[in-house]
Amino acid sequence: MNIRTFRIGGIHPEENKLTHEVPTQVAALPKQAVFPLGQHIGAPAVPVVQKGDKVKVGTLIADAGGFVSAPIFSSVSGTVAKIDTTIDATGYRKPCIFIDVEGDEWEESIDRSDKLELVKDHPELTPEEIVIRIKSAGVVGMGGACFPTFIKLTPPPTAKAECVIINAVECEPYITADYRLMMEHADEILVGLELLMKAAKVNKGYIGIETNKPKAIELLTQKAAQTFSGSTYQVEVVPLKQRYPQGGEKQLVDAVIRRQVPAPPAIPVNVGAIVQNVGTAFAVYQAVMKRKPLFERYTTVTGKRLKKPGNYLVRMGTLMTDLIEVCGGMPEGDNKVLAGGPMMGKALMSTDVPICKGTNSVTILTDDDARRKEPQPCIRCAKCVAACPMGLEPYLLAKLSAYQQWERAEKEDIVSCIECGSCQFTCPAHRPLLDNIRQGKSTVMGIIRARSAKK
Amino acid sequence: MNFIVIAVIVLGAIGLIAAIVLFVCSKRFAVYEDPRIAQVNELLPGANCGGCGFAGCGGMADALVKGADKGSLEGLNCPVGGADVMGRVADLLGMAIANGDPKVAVVRCGGSCELRPRIAEYGGLRTCAAMNACSAGETGCGYGCLGCGDCVKACQFGALRINPETGLAEVDEEKCTACGACVKACPRHIIELRKKGPKGRRVFVSCVNKDKGAIAMKACKAACIGCGKCVRECQFEAITLGQNVSYIDFTKCRLCKKCVAVCPTKAIHAVNFPAPKPQPESPDSNVNKGKEAQA
Repeated sequence: MNIRTFRIGGIHPEENKLTHEVPTQVAALPKQAVFPLGQHIGAPAVPVVQKGDKVKVGTLIADAGGFVSAPIFSSVSGTVAKIDTTIDATGYRKPCIFIDVEGDEWEESIDRSDKLELVKDHPELTPEEIVIRIKSAGVVGMGGACFPTFIKLTPPPTAKAECVIINAVECEPYITADYRLMMEHADEILVGLELLMKAAKVNKGYIGIETNKPKAIELLTQKAAQTFSGSTYQVEVVPLKQRYPQGGEKQLVDAVIRRQVPAPPAIPVNVGAIVQNVGTAFAVYQAVMKRKPLFERYTTVTGKRLKKPGNYLVRMGTLMTDLIEVCGGMPEGDNKVLAGGPMMGKALMSTDVPICKGTNSVTILTDDDARRKEPQPCIRCAKCVAACPMGLEPYLLAKLSAYQQWERAEKEDIVSCIECGSCQFTCPAHRPLLDNIRQGKSTVMGIIRARSAKK
Repeated sequence: MNFIVIAVIVLGAIGLIAAIVLFVCSKRFAVYEDPRIAQVNELLPGANCGGCGFAGCGGMADALVKGADKGSLEGLNCPVGGADVMGRVADLLGMAIANGDPKVAVVRCGGSCELRPRIAEYGGLRTCAAMNACSAGETGCGYGCLGCGDCVKACQFGALRINPETGLAEVDEEKCTACGACVKACPRHIIELRKKGPKGRRVFVSCVNKDKGAIAMKACKAACIGCGKCVRECQFEAITLGQNVSYIDFTKCRLCKKCVAVCPTKAIHAVNFPAPKPQPESPDSNVNKGKEAQA
């Protein structure tokens, strides 16, 4: 069988999936939970609690701050200690809510049973109702980008959705949270997919999984056949050849349905696809069927030198320090701690950063892995051009950004860059290509925004 | 012989027609350029630094003449040429000019390596803009100087440098023309154009950290903690406190240095003042330290 993948560029970094077969453990409750107000793309949430308020697990603590925004729910029961600032993954101080944990009392509205709810048993779930429940439960893209899910399900009138693609690729090295979720909650994910298809009013669904997860492919293929046999929904599990960044939604759309998403501002739905992460499908199931808002997630804590790397079901607001402690503490030597994987993760200044909606992994790189190599002059080998999954010319964009040639950079489509880091990974001269391009991209996007604001 | 005559006649005719067309065009499509623009351009320094806010000296000359036609040169200032050049331009255009005080770029961060310890190592591209975009830098202060020298690169006059001992940007007052290029280049907006002051004497708060006192203090021993002592001490209402950091309005400051003496973290710097006479109990000893930190 010819195994599919995306057509342009891509690389294959060392996998290092250390925790593939480590079953998920429930992480201990923190003593104090910290909830940053801006843990999604869009406007930060607005606190609706005050110091001294009592909250339960699942209580709304901050409401959406705009259309592109998401509400935030408490993951613990206890008392609101203060509304202050804490450092987030960037190292800057951002507003957040601190809650002192007392016991573990849940909101009564949340169904805590393990019973699998099926869509056919719930005729009250119209597409509109599903979207409302997803929106009010604060569900955002769980793959790391944290874009509010309900917006993806209500595409602009110019675009028509034809299928939902579940992103179960997990192409980042080290991370195994999605894999564990699939192995442990395949049924719920499939119901989640059905809900997403119903909400988007499509009857075609795909689940894209890379071939380094054969057990997950087998399990989901079998379960999907069971769940959707005799229904109007067609669901296909698509095995994909391992290639980074297949988890990027544009790459996934190309790999699965052979359509290429045009340059921004086009999004996958412009070619008929709505891409959702497996974690999101699971969160959708819980939000719609169990009335459980998004307040816990699967997170991998990993690193070659870490004593006990593992997968954890973590209440949001738990500090990374606590998780690293459970895994045997910080390894000896110089460590680089990343929120996310080694390709796209963000290096942290401190581990006292809470787990948020998008934290799929805490990766610790030690000593040599933690350091970049000294950059050398560009040798014009064009490896970066071959590796770029967006078909750009990274060496050129990096130069244009360094010399502040914004107009030319815009012409060369710098805004199409998805910041996957393939260029920098593949560069034999270790040039800081992405650092420069990212700078240029944000500047050019600023210029474009200013221009359209003027019009 | 005939063909020579024909050639002469044809060429002559083409030449005549072309001359007429050119003459008509030059009259009909003539663009009037005020001769004063060229004259003003002559007076300007020709550095094309953009410090005035225009694309170069030509743009500034254009704006000056237009301003003169409207009756005011307000808001137009050549920071490089200073009062001298602006005075001559005003004379040429027959305008009075509000003589701006000479200014100088001031780096408002006193967080030297010693006072602001490094808590992380940054391995990416070493420009302030890149570092500022992806992290809070290598120290615990998310507001202070990053020390990668974006301002140094922006300065066309060689007036800035990164002091290797303090890790901070420093301004050479003699070379600084107050063009403002560094102000624009600094991603953290630390650099400000302030009044140069008599004999270069000026007092300023050398910190822009907006965190609460305890947090700011933890990150940097020289941080303004927003205690407000300087605000209460100032008799001229020159100091305001907002977002946990105080700011001295240089138009109101009378250089009494009382604020310098009361600042518990020595975040207020006074520069170019004569060294205080040795007085064992004098609170002015702060001044000296502040000066050292700046120097």
